[in-house]
Amino acid sequence: MDRPVLGRGVRLIYDKTRQTHVVLHPEGVLVPNRTAVSVLELCDGVTTVPGIAEALGATYAGVREEEVGAVLTRLTENGVVRWT
Amino acid sequence: MDLTPAPAPEAAPPLGLLAELTHRCPLHCGYCSNPLELIEREKELSTEQWTRVFTQARDIGVLQVHLSGGEPLARPDLPELVSHVSGLGAYVNLVTSGLGLTEARLADLADRGLDHVQLSVQGATAERADLLAGARAHHHKITAAALVRARGLPLTVNAVLHRGNHDQLAGLIELAEAMGADRLELANTQYYGWALRNRAALMPTPEQLAAAEPVVRAAIERLKGTMEIVYVLADYYEPYPKPCMHGWGALQLTVAPDGTVLPCPAASAITTLTLDNVKDTPLGDIWYKSGSFNAYRGEEWMPDLCRSCDRRALDHGGCRCQAFLLTGDAAATDPVCSKSDRRGVVDLLLATPGAAPPEMVMRGPRPVAAVHR
Ligand SMILES: C[S@@+](CC[C@H](N)C(=O)[O-])C[C@H]1O[C@@H](n2cnc3c(N)ncnc32)[C@H](O)[C@@H]1O
Ligand code: SF4
Ligand code: SF4
Repeated sequence: MDRPVLGRGVRLIYDKTRQTHVVLHPEGVLVPNRTAVSVLELCDGVTTVPGIAEALGATYAGVREEEVGAVLTRLTENGVVRWT
Repeated sequence: MDLTPAPAPEAAPPLGLLAELTHRCPLHCGYCSNPLELIEREKELSTEQWTRVFTQARDIGVLQVHLSGGEPLARPDLPELVSHVSGLGAYVNLVTSGLGLTEARLADLADRGLDHVQLSVQGATAERADLLAGARAHHHKITAAALVRARGLPLTVNAVLHRGNHDQLAGLIELAEAMGADRLELANTQYYGWALRNRAALMPTPEQLAAAEPVVRAAIERLKGTMEIVYVLADYYEPYPKPCMHGWGALQLTVAPDGTVLPCPAASAITTLTLDNVKDTPLGDIWYKSGSFNAYRGEEWMPDLCRSCDRRALDHGGCRCQAFLLTGDAAATDPVCSKSDRRGVVDLLLATPGAAPPEMVMRGPRPVAAVHR
């Protein structure tokens, strides 16, 4: 249970009307911030948290594993992310 | 003319579309919120008309499409419609009684992009549920839930609560658990359409509502992390109205089977409202410019009582349909509000239910059958 993946029935899409990414889930729509979007895009059920931090580090300087972990904790609480 | 119409209040793009694909339904729930005047099959939008509606909806920002009815599975073109909506990138939710859902049909819908299923149940036991549905329906629901689960789609179970099933509340929670639901909506009846007609038979007693509260609270605690439970309060009993639709023309729109566009699923009840149809007017124009959507949008329309009230951002002055149905004025404060000088209307209704509720008129083209309890 150390690989995050989008929760059952959750989808991340780009909405051209609002010009932002949105998370669609059974109860509604959430607007993730940029960091959350970057993290969610890497939640494939294969990549681990250190793996996500490393991948993000390639684009953004100074990404710490703890920050990624904190974002994922919040997303898990919202039911957006689950773990496999 | 030196008078121009007041600019429309600022409106954000809509998030959700409730598509009532048909009013046809194999069940006859006396609590059904569909209108008494059910729209016939001949007047239903065609496949092409529905796909156009969905495309227009997505263009103006709709992200969630709820395919409902009536029974949406009664439309043979449902698979095509699911493909179309999913192809537009919107979230596809099927709101169903479960009748007509077979393994092959569900597999096809899932392959075409169905994201979520919301399944209604009428009671905790087959005997009671079938009586309330006016059809042998319960066992089909158990099958439908198992199919949805086996397919790995998220499942919400919806049970409408009323006088005739409040005593089965604990059983309904157990049923949803056994079905493997991710989420359970326990929704006290909203009095529109057939439910309004049957209000006297449906209204729960204060004792039933008091008994429900600890049962729901304990279940929410016990099932935390397994099954989310949403309990929708019996609004006549509350001191303040519900935040109906999160505001008129704020987040969602409904398209009726014949293409009539409604700011709220019950809005056809407001006879003073002129409604537009997608067959004549593009959806975006209806959302932003129509008289019906702008009538009660924002706070301009509010009576002084609401406009000067701290709760106006919370409940938007309550439900416009309820205001109309109970006071005759759709722009009145929802009479459920204890601050309203019309609250007496609601209190009178609450005082009325006697020991023996009247018979329930079952939903159908010709309301004849009745349930005796
Ligand atoms: C009108 S039904 C149509 C879809 C399908 N026939 C079904 O029953 O699921 C849509 C949803 O509204 C719920 N519903 C029906 N009448 C209601 C009422 N008077 N108050 C609250 N919810 C209601 C149903 O349980 C269902 O979840
Ligand atoms: S609530 Fe019952 S009668 Fe109404 S549409 Fe759904 S299943 Fe049919
Ligand atoms: S006065 Fe209006 S805004 Fe205030 S609580 Fe009552 S309905 Fe809501």
